Amino acid sequence: MAASLGVVTTIGIVVLLTYQTVQFFQIVNPIDFLTGTVWSASIEPYKFGVLALVSGTLLVATIAMIIGTPLGLLSAILLSEYSSNRVRNIVKPVLETIAGIPTIVLGFFAINFLSPEVLKPIFGDDIGIFSALAGGIVVGILITPLIASISEDAMRAVPRGLREGAYAMGATKFEVVRKVVLPAAVSGVMASIVLAMSRAVGETMAVVLAVGTRPQLTFNPLESVQTMTAFIVQITQGETSQGSVQFLSLFAVAMVLFVITFALNLASAWIVRRYRTAY
Amino acid sequence: MAGLTATPAASSPPRFEPALMRRKLTGTLFYGACLAAIGILIVALLALLLDVLIVGLPWLDIDFIASMPSRRPAQAGVLPALVGSIELAIIVGLITFPVGIGAALYLAEYAPDTRVTRLLQTNISNLAGVPSIIYGIFGLAIFVRLLGLGPVLFSGAATLALVILPLVIIASIEAIKAVPQAQREGAYALGASRWQMVRSSVLPAAAPGIMTGIILAMARAIGEAAPLVVVGAAAFVTSLPQPLSGSFTVLPIQVFNWAQRPQADFQGIAAAAIIVILVLVFILNLLALVVRARLSRHIQW
Repeated sequence: MAASLGVVTTIGIVVLLTYQTVQFFQIVNPIDFLTGTVWSASIEPYKFGVLALVSGTLLVATIAMIIGTPLGLLSAILLSEYSSNRVRNIVKPVLETIAGIPTIVLGFFAINFLSPEVLKPIFGDDIGIFSALAGGIVVGILITPLIASISEDAMRAVPRGLREGAYAMGATKFEVVRKVVLPAAVSGVMASIVLAMSRAVGETMAVVLAVGTRPQLTFNPLESVQTMTAFIVQITQGETSQGSVQFLSLFAVAMVLFVITFALNLASAWIVRRYRTAY
Repeated sequence: MAGLTATPAASSPPRFEPALMRRKLTGTLFYGACLAAIGILIVALLALLLDVLIVGLPWLDIDFIASMPSRRPAQAGVLPALVGSIELAIIVGLITFPVGIGAALYLAEYAPDTRVTRLLQTNISNLAGVPSIIYGIFGLAIFVRLLGLGPVLFSGAATLALVILPLVIIASIEAIKAVPQAQREGAYALGASRWQMVRSSVLPAAAPGIMTGIILAMARAIGEAAPLVVVGAAAFVTSLPQPLSGSFTVLPIQVFNWAQRPQADFQGIAAAAIIVILVLVFILNLLALVVRARLSRHIQW
């Protein structure tokens, strides 16, 4: 009984989102929704071009990946390959503490410290308090522990014999990591990166505070944008009447978000299955 | 492994040493990069904690904990949000405890290894990856609207329970699977029925892992805000929350509300509220450690 709750929840989410999205598509043309680049849900003329929100989301997620992937992978390598107890006793608690910080705290950090004290002095007037860059940086910090822990598990699963074989051939430690451990652990490493991408796309509270509320199609990280999650928060915070087109657009955006994250999660699981090397 | 092929020493002996030096240098540089990465994380973490403490500590006192929120930051407090967060965590724990353990026991001990079971398990891992804000929309439609509960604390707690249940179930299944098979066979050998075996052998042995999972999930629930915004947590509440009636707020929502205002005073009380959240999360993490240690005292194999 309890186990089937999961299936009920999944079906419930899919049915709910589909039903409300269909309602939304009776008012707004699905083609306009999926290909439009202007999003204006609260100011007339209303425009529902979801690409403006999708691009904001992807911009933030991409910055997050650029920051989180190297930090996470290098930490994982440090833990799995170089870990003297002293290093381990520092690295593990740091990663666990970051993983335990509520995401709203990272959002606060972005607008209270990162934007005014770090980014403003670097970029000057090109950057405001709200920017995709600030959001991307805090989300990057947030996903680092996820990448680190899954990648570390994958690297630890690589048998000792493989490493020792390489050492016996005269490889240095770095060469063992680069040419033996990383290729052997590639499925886990790739899966962790894709999963982190999904997490970055779905992250809400850190992003809502940091990136602002200006939906626009831009690739400039210094601009203020709006992500899909931030839009959902904005609409539900305000007094939007049930059944209005704004309220329905919420479900359509949630549907897009659900499909993207679901596809990424499936891709991550698929990578593990497809590229797993058994020893 | 082309790069590892050593040049035959006889053909050009002088080249060997410099190449080795270079390879070792590359290795050292890489180790340096690893240390730099963790250094960046430490600096970021320290900057975050220091920022919160410096901005928030001046505002944090007994009045702040024990007062109602106010339009004036100097008189504002977090009492309704604090009580809301604690009530929420307790209700979430009460829901997840039986449902999570039940589902995990069924999947790990009882369910035959069929396609349906594997589908159920895959489904739960997939649910763990669904963004929490989508659960918020689901909770809004089901608990608030369909069941007619309204935007009350219980709707928020039930929604958060759905968010963390997959995590609790996955952690519990791991803990149950880690119990050695010999423990089960020992119980069977003494004539135990399946349920007696589960109750006397599996559950006590898996308890540390299961309880740690549940407590850490509650810590996650305390810091979670996104689904609650959607479910309808209020931004300004001046009465203590009741589970089934009236508006409610929790600490992260209060932080969200205050942090959006640019004035320094509101930033200050936002940071002070963050300190309260971090202390709560820290207490729960400590509790997880203690519970784990106590429950695993009698386990030895």
